[in-house]
Order: sequence, then C-alpha cells, then structure tokens
Amino acid sequence: MEFLINSLLLLMLVATVFAIVRLKRLMIGVMLMGFFSLLSANIFMVLDAVDVAFTEAAVGAGVSTIFFLAALAIVGRTSKPQNATRTFVPLAAVIITGALLVYASFDMPYFGSHDAPAHNHVVPRYLNDSPNEVGPPNIVTSVLASYRGYDTLGEVGVVFTAFIGVFLLLGAGTRKSGVERPAPPNVQAESMRQKVVLREVSDLLIAPVLIFALYVQWHGDFGPGGGFQAGVIFASGVILYALIYGIVPAQKVFPPRKLAYFPGIGFLLYALVGVVSMMRGGNFLDYGVLVHDPLHGQHYGILIIELGVGITVAAVMINIFFSLSERSL
Amino acid sequence: MIEQLPAIQLLLTLLAAPICSMLRNGDHAWRLATAATWLSTVVAIMLLIQVWDGGVISYQMGGWPPPWGIEVRIDELNALVLLLVTLFGSLVITALRESLRGVMRHQRQSLYYTTFLLCFAALIGITITADAFNVFVFLEVSSLSTYALIARGRDRRALTASFRYLIMGTIGATFILIAIGFLYMVTGTLNMQDLSERLPAHWDNRVIQASLAFFTVGIALKVAVFPLHYWLPNAYTYAPKATTAFLAATATKVSLYVMIRFLFDVYGIEFAFEKMQLSTILVPLSIAGILIASLVAIFQNDAKRLLAWSSVAQLSYMVLGLALLNASGITAAISHMFNHAMMKAGLFLALAAMIYRVNSSKLHDLAGIGRTMPLTTGAFAVMGVGLIGVPMTAGFVSKWYLISGTLDKGWLPLAALLIVSSLMAVVYIGKIIDVAYFKPAPPQHADVREAPLSMLIPCWIFALLTIYFGLDTRITAGLAGRVAQSYLGVS
Amino acid sequence: MIAGLFNYWIVIVLMMAGLYIVMSSGHLVKKIVGLNIFQTAVFILFISMGKIAGGTAPIIDSAITLYSNPLTHVLILTAIVVGVATTALGLAIAVRIHEAYDTVEEDEITAMDAQSLHEENTASLAAESDK
Repeated sequence: MEFLINSLLLLMLVATVFAIVRLKRLMIGVMLMGFFSLLSANIFMVLDAVDVAFTEAAVGAGVSTIFFLAALAIVGRTSKPQNATRTFVPLAAVIITGALLVYASFDMPYFGSHDAPAHNHVVPRYLNDSPNEVGPPNIVTSVLASYRGYDTLGEVGVVFTAFIGVFLLLGAGTRKSGVERPAPPNVQAESMRQKVVLREVSDLLIAPVLIFALYVQWHGDFGPGGGFQAGVIFASGVILYALIYGIVPAQKVFPPRKLAYFPGIGFLLYALVGVVSMMRGGNFLDYGVLVHDPLHGQHYGILIIELGVGITVAAVMINIFFSLSERSL
Repeated sequence: MIEQLPAIQLLLTLLAAPICSMLRNGDHAWRLATAATWLSTVVAIMLLIQVWDGGVISYQMGGWPPPWGIEVRIDELNALVLLLVTLFGSLVITALRESLRGVMRHQRQSLYYTTFLLCFAALIGITITADAFNVFVFLEVSSLSTYALIARGRDRRALTASFRYLIMGTIGATFILIAIGFLYMVTGTLNMQDLSERLPAHWDNRVIQASLAFFTVGIALKVAVFPLHYWLPNAYTYAPKATTAFLAATATKVSLYVMIRFLFDVYGIEFAFEKMQLSTILVPLSIAGILIASLVAIFQNDAKRLLAWSSVAQLSYMVLGLALLNASGITAAISHMFNHAMMKAGLFLALAAMIYRVNSSKLHDLAGIGRTMPLTTGAFAVMGVGLIGVPMTAGFVSKWYLISGTLDKGWLPLAALLIVSSLMAVVYIGKIIDVAYFKPAPPQHADVREAPLSMLIPCWIFALLTIYFGLDTRITAGLAGRVAQSYLGVS
Repeated sequence: MIAGLFNYWIVIVLMMAGLYIVMSSGHLVKKIVGLNIFQTAVFILFISMGKIAGGTAPIIDSAITLYSNPLTHVLILTAIVVGVATTALGLAIAVRIHEAYDTVEEDEITAMDAQSLHEENTASLAAESDK
C-alpha cells in the first residue's frame, strides 16, 4: 500500500514536471512548482521523513512560491518561446547524465531494504543511544541540533548570507530609508483586500498560524518541527497579513529597519551557545557542559539554538519578502 | 586554549559577520572586519606551526566523536590553504576601505564587509572540515556571498555575470551533493577518513563510480576547469575592483583544495586515477585550458578581463600538476595554488588601485600610468614578472616543479608547450606593462596621483611576498613536497 | 528489481527534467524554477535511500522497533534551507537585472551585452589610433 501511494505520487510529480517544461506562462509554471513541492512533501511523509515533509511544505510550497510570485510581479509573467538551438545541447547533456545515473542505479541498495549500508554504520548509535546521550525523542532533532549541530550552524549561516545578499542588492524594504511613503498603489493588495471571503478567512487564520509557529518552535523535541519550521510558519503568517492588508501596515508591525537586526541576533545566539560551552571547558557546541548535568545541558542547548534558528529564519523570510515586494511598488 | 584553536579559527570571522551587519557606520565595520581577519591570520599561523612536523589536529564539534559528529581536521595541506585564505584575504580587506569609500553608503558598506566576512569564514569552514556534507554547507555559504559580492559591481553586466555564476555554481554544488549522497548510500558515513577506509571495498560499485563522476564535474565547475570556466571571466571582470582580488586569491583555490582532498584522500589515488583513469580526461583538458585561455588573454583590451583569462590558464596549470600524479607535479600544483593566489590577488589589487584613480580598466586608459602612479605600477610589474615565472620569483618555483613533473613523465612535448605558454604570459603581461610605461598618458589623466597608502602598502606586501616566496620555498614547495610524498607514499 | 529501483529511476527523470529546464530556458526566473525542481528531486533521492520498509518516522516510541534513517532527513532539512536561500538570492539578482536591462530573457541580455562590448572595443580602437 505504502509503495502504491508512493509510486502514484511519483508519477504525479513526473506529470507536473513535464507540464512545467512545456509551459510558456510562467505564472502557472510557478504555481505548478508549488504543487510539485507539495507533492514532494507528501512523498516525504510516506517515506517517514515527517520533519522534511513539514519543511518542504512550508518552504517549497509556501515561502519559496511567494518569493517567486513577488519576483514575477516585477519581471513579468510570460516567457518567450525558446528557440530551437537552445534545446539540443541541454537535451544531449541531460540524456548523458541521466544515462550515467541509470547505469549507477543498478548497483544501488534496493528501496526500503533493511541491510543497506546507509542504515547500519553511523545511524544505529543515533537510534539506540540518543535518548540517553541527547534526550529528545525526535531523533531528527537530536542529530540536527546536537550531533550535527555544527552543520545546522552553517545552515543558519546560509540563510543569513541570503538575507545579507538580498539586503545588499535590493535594500531593506525601505527604498528611501526613513521617508514615510503615501499609501502604495499596490493594485494587487488593494484588490485582495476587497475580496471579503479571502479577508475573513485570513483574519481567522493569521493568529492561529502565529500561535502554531510558537507551538512548532517549542514542540520540536517531541514531534516533527523545530526552529526552522517554526520560523518559516511565523513568516508565512506575517506574509499572509502583508498580502491581504498591504505591505505598509505589515511594516508598521514589523519595521524593516528594526527587523534587519534579528537575523544577526538569532545567528549570534546560536554561535554564542557554542562559545559558552567552550568557555566552560567543552568543545564548540558541546551542550553537555552547559550545566552540571550533561543531559540537562543538551536540553537547554538545543532549546536555545532552536530559538536562534527560529528568530533568524523568521526574520530573514519576512525581510526578503519585504525587499522583493517593495520593488514592485 | 590551544586545543580550541580550530574552532577559534572559524569563529573569529563567523561571529564578526552578524555583529558587522548591525553596525551603521562603514568605518567601524571595516575596523571590525580587519581586526577579525588579521586575528584569524595569526591563528592560521599558529595552526601551521602546530602541524609543521606532520602533526594532525583533530577537533570534535559538539564533543561528538567522528563519524557520528562532525570532525575538524587540520594537516599540512589545509594548514597551508588556511594561511593562503587568511593572509591574502586580510591584505585585500585592509585595502578595501578606500575603494568602497564614496562608492557606497555607510550602511551598505557594513553589509559589504559582512558579506566579505561570511565568505571568509565559509572558506575557512570548507578548508578545516573533515565531513563531506559539511563541505557542501560551507561551500554554499561561500558561494552565496560570492554571488552577492559580484553583483555589486558598477557595470550592469556584473548582475548577469553573478546570475550566470549562481546558476552554474548551484548546479555544481548540487552535483557535489549527489556525489556525497552516493558515497553515503554505499558506505553509510560522511566522515572523510571513515569514507577513505570504507571505500576500497566498493571500487567496483557503479554508484561509487558515478559519485566520482558527479563530484569531478561539480567541483570542476567551481574550480573553473576548462571548459567549465565559462562563468569566470565575466565574474572577475565585472566584480567590484578589490573584490576581484579576493575572489581570485581564495574562492577558486579553496575549491581546488576540495578537489585535492576528495580525489586524493576520500576517493584515493588508486581509485580516482588508476582505476577510473581520471588523468586521461584532466590532462588534455588542462593543456587545452592553458593554451586557449592564454591565447584569449593576449587579445584582450581590458586589463581586468585579461587577468581573468590568465587565471583560467593558471588554474589549468594546477589541475595539470595534480593529474601528472608524480611528486613534482603535485608539489607544483599545491605550491602554485599558494603562489598564484598571492600574485593574482596582488595583480588585481594593484589594478584596483589604478582603476580607483583612472576609473577604467581599459588598456588605453592605463596608458602612461607607469609615470603617474609609479609605485603601484612598480608593484604590478613585480607581480607580473612573477606570474610569467621569471627566476627569483614565486611563479618560477611552481613552474619549475611543473616542468620537471612533465619531464619525469618523459613528456617532452608537454614541457615544450608549457614553455610556450609561459611565453604567452610574457606577451599578455607585457601588453599591460608596455602600455603603462611606454605609451603617453591621455591628457585627461594628466593629474592622476599615486594610489592612497592604504591600497599601496598591501600591494607592495604582495609584491615583496612574490619575491620572498621565490627565494624561500620552505613554506610553499617544502610543505607541498611533503604533502605530495605522503600521497604517493601511501599508494 | 523494478520495485526496488523504481523510486530512483523516477528521481533520475525528475532531476534531468529540472536540469533541462535550467539549461534550455531563456527566462531567468524559469531557470530558477528549474534549479528548484532539480534540487527537490535530489532531496527525494536522499529520502528514498533513507526509507526502511515497514519502518516509521524516527521519533522514539516504546511501541516501535523499526525506524527509518534519521540522518538523511537531517541532511535534507539543511539542503532545503540552502535551496530556498539560493532561490531568494537568485530572484533578487533577476529583479535587479530586470531593472538594469528591462528584460529577463537571456537571449536579449546577451545581445545587449554583446552590443556594449562591441562599442567598448570600437572606442578602444579609436583611442589606439588617436596616438
């Protein structure tokens, strides 16, 4: 049954991708890409990767699609037909690469097999010992935040870098900093505000979305979720508000100039946990030394770094959305 | 304290970056950035001293032992790369202040320094890590910051160059991710040393063979190995002036380091070169790269683009050295990595100082600059001579090893080709020198003054280092030779 | 064998379709769409290799004995974040390109760039011949 659902979803993915390849209208292409992400999230769910499914749904189908739409609002929604010379070389390259991959696939451990090397070298320790070494029942959280916490710091670094890059290129979402603009001629937002159903539903949704984000933030130890998902969901709540009521009211609640500090604050919070553990005689990001009892130390360490992740991600996503959508005004 | 050095090496700049982003004043941001990078250089020197006698420093992030946690591992090879990144990066960032002033608003300057610091920290992260996936993470931090830096160039073509680089760089990084996934699929580990121990049992596994192919293509995109160098000339040409110096010194060199680390350590020489015969692809490509890129460089009329094409050729020297697979060749590759980073950074920096005054990198605008800016041009000439490979300069050392590497193989025609390519370097560097000294300055540049000291001093440090490393080869060829021995001794 | 490798083959098709969009499309935003699809396909590759038949999500529960591989999940969480970061920066650059060139079609941009390069070269030649 599992396999059947999985296969069906995969075939739907293939159909979606081919539709995207053939489409001229980018707007629909982007919507389909969001759909593609949502389908992938379903597959991740079927394949037991609940945290990944959660993230893919929030990021791929949510925030990332919104970024695309914001960009399309600026650059136009249709693409020119491709000229024929562009198709041959890519096609050849893709066929060669694909053939190499198919060739390799015959030596891959079969899907779902128990004795695949991937499950039997490093992973057993995570499964068997992490409840006693790190604590959280959600092993993904243990590995993400503690065993491979250094990677996750790098991941926050990537998000932070993207923020700085967008900020450097597009500005902070206040094009003329300090100058209060008149209400923007944002046709899209205006028309959205007039749609009663949309507005009412959003009004109902925004508060629960934000509360849900906080739940996801603090519940990541036990179930799927954690700082990253929480940050993205929180940001989606704010973006939803901005879409319905316009950017300006949203910026009143979250002034971009102040918000621009938060990615750095979250990043620093994360790294400083590591510095504190160094000062207490442990290695960088060794939460075990934070307090007297190592398991408690792990608990506090993970809690704080997840908070750092959440702050950075939420602030970055909101900021990038502001920066992109300001340009279309 | 001393055992925490590997973490401190990364943290100095990684922590400075977010703080820097919060500063409103560009000068303060510059002070913070220079302090962090120079301290980082001191740490790199301390680490180099520690591993000088073949020692290896292992540091467990989060206190988790490998392969469960992420290990940081410093040996002679990456200690040298650390010195390269920190020392040359610091020199460039010191010179950056003057070149940003007046071009950018204060807050933008802070963001610019932040991006610089992030790139700097990420390059250190790539260099020190012993975890395959961690390489990917930091590679992306450094790439994203690089795209942002390039896109800030004045010409609008900087944007397209940056975008093109983003597309190709992301494809490259994703290829590397696929390669790492395949490695994990077959071995169940991500730690490099663990991988190298577990891989020999799987040499006949097609997944591992495909992994090698994907890794090689992916990293070749990042290193700009011919013919995947497509993004490099425009990226270097249109990036902001001093930024090019930083990129030329560090980004491609660190990618080359990753290439060495994976091909020689993770996959292993026997698998990558003997079983999979990687040399049969890399040698012809690098020869073509050397000749074609040098030839293209000769015909450029923009000094920055000329030097960019020269970089493509010089990177091919390094790949050729590796692919020769003998002691001299590998020594040449590693020492040229260091020497070229130094000379090219210096050349681009001197050029940045000239552009700072004449606002153009076109050759005809640089006419007569040898008289109006004698000190800057002097430094440029010294490093140019180094790049050609004249004795008593750093460039000579690595080229000497490269040519003896080809002779050791008995490939006489190839040695001849390398000499021809050096002559081509004489032509393209000569072109700039000729314009600078022997052409009259255009009237509108009559009142051009010498570059400000804050740019001039780093330029001359680069120039003096070019001579110093031409005379004292203990750190470059000496260390590289030992690394080469260790690789060839094992196999 | 077909059941055992089906996931991987589909993933390969998806990856290549994504890569094809990146390389063949002339519209800069569509290129980024392609990158997204390419990367998402790679994510499915990783998650597929982490699945254990009959396993469950790796959240410890005393009633369960078989869990799927948590490590691949962690890696892909990180990779998703990297993906969205790249997308955001790519779109920002595309927006700036639109402001600078008034188009995001690669062919038109290339033509405009070639034009400016040609003009510069002509100017260089003129400056040379002045002397």
